[in-house]
Amino acid sequence: MIRSITSQKSMEEIERLLGDYNRVFIIGCGTCVTLCRTGGMPEVLQMKEKLEAANRLVTGYMVLPVACDEITQEALAANQSAISEAQVLLIMTCAFGVQTVARRMDKIVIPALDTLFIGKERGLGEFHEVCRQCGACIIGETGGICPVITCHKGLVNGPCGGTKEGKCEIDPQKDCAWTLIYQRLKDMGRLDLMRRYQGPRNHQVVPRPGVFFVPQEGHALSWPKGATKP
Amino acid sequence: MTISFKETLASGKFIVTSEVGPPKGTNLEKMIHHIALLKESVAAINLTDHQSSIMRYPSLGAALLVKEQGGEPILQMTCRDRNRLALQADLLFAYSRGIKNVLCLTGDSLVVGDHKEARGVFDLDSSQLLAAIRTLEKGKDMGGNDLDGTVSFCAGAIVTPEANPLEPQLIKFEKKIEAGAEFIQTQAVYDLDKFRDFMSYARQFPVKILAGIILLTSAPMARYMNKNVPGVRVPQELIDEMAAAPKGSTLSKGIEIAGRMIREIKDDRICDGVHVMAIGKEEVVPEILKEAGL
Repeated sequence: MIRSITSQKSMEEIERLLGDYNRVFIIGCGTCVTLCRTGGMPEVLQMKEKLEAANRLVTGYMVLPVACDEITQEALAANQSAISEAQVLLIMTCAFGVQTVARRMDKIVIPALDTLFIGKERGLGEFHEVCRQCGACIIGETGGICPVITCHKGLVNGPCGGTKEGKCEIDPQKDCAWTLIYQRLKDMGRLDLMRRYQGPRNHQVVPRPGVFFVPQEGHALSWPKGATKP
Repeated sequence: MTISFKETLASGKFIVTSEVGPPKGTNLEKMIHHIALLKESVAAINLTDHQSSIMRYPSLGAALLVKEQGGEPILQMTCRDRNRLALQADLLFAYSRGIKNVLCLTGDSLVVGDHKEARGVFDLDSSQLLAAIRTLEKGKDMGGNDLDGTVSFCAGAIVTPEANPLEPQLIKFEKKIEAGAEFIQTQAVYDLDKFRDFMSYARQFPVKILAGIILLTSAPMARYMNKNVPGVRVPQELIDEMAAAPKGSTLSKGIEIAGRMIREIKDDRICDGVHVMAIGKEEVVPEILKEAGL
């Protein structure tokens, strides 16, 4: 399962963003932020206490089932009166949830969290960023490990000089992507793949922002204007 | 008339290069002094490119200064701060101003430097930068467009012979040679027996290899490098030798050790030359070379 990984902003920043808005409605989410313990019910209740201690009025709170889902609109409608009493919505979801709510409501929205990355869960409570959706996948030649995201510098032709006993020099908690790739390819007898020169990457496969329309039956898949087909 | 570095590489003579770190600011006096000191005693001077991700006067400007003073510059270029347009443009500019030698590097991570929040570019890596140089030399840019006036460079790269694990580094080393590296500067080496092992492997490739010599200035400095600089291993005997030096003469001991290593590399022809890095102590490089009998 992939999850949106978040961390809570400092209360100083949240207070600065709330500014003169005194009546606040708090929104959490029952999915990724509940798992990360940044925007589930316990965190929403803690936030309520903190805001009340800072003399703000919390008109209500709710934890949406899946904030980024389009059904969010109906869930918000069920809390219409408490929401309408608030001047501002403090949203304890990832930025996908914040933007889903913002598009539905005529109110100022304030994110209480920073969205860090989309993480793949590997063990209980352990998430790794393993794909950056670059649009030009090379993991068929790197043992299924993506150096574009797993290497701090995104190098595609082998390690830099900063590799240290299999770890990255910037953080001993992080594996050197190219040591992992090397071990994997060596075990499979395919180091020839690592010897293959990778040309400069195409950073414009999908000129950002990405937009995609599911092709209708009988029509060819169409790419955004200006994009190079991978 | 300065001898070009390409000619030096082809001469078969023992090659000595060194490097100068540009200043943080526009006061160029100290750098000019270092260049004046080094230009007669070494074949070429490297100009570091925001070394350790610390923002400084640009290597391109420093390389021009070396040129103006009649020295032979090796322009260090990292892929950290410029995308492929900027790198190609700087190569065109360098060539147009007589800078003919380039050392292609990935570049340190930004998080080790003094602008930790900056965005790392890494649009290209070091082997792709080498390939880009060879493309420009054919009169085309990386987009396949014709150039009006082309370039010709003596291009080099680096290797870390004491990395662990070593084989991934060696694979990349070979890729750099295939991409067009004519010379290779190594990360600092201190264990010459291990370096001989590396050279018995590296000899098979058509490339000149310069052993990296970093001046030891004290025992704590050596321990610091062992702990913090990936791929650098100062053996305990050398640390002990530095520690045993009388107070006030550790620098002379470091000069003696560096000179002794260079002499051994030269006398035994372990590799084609040395690249001397006297980080912050450029003024002692002539002494190191004297100690080495050069």
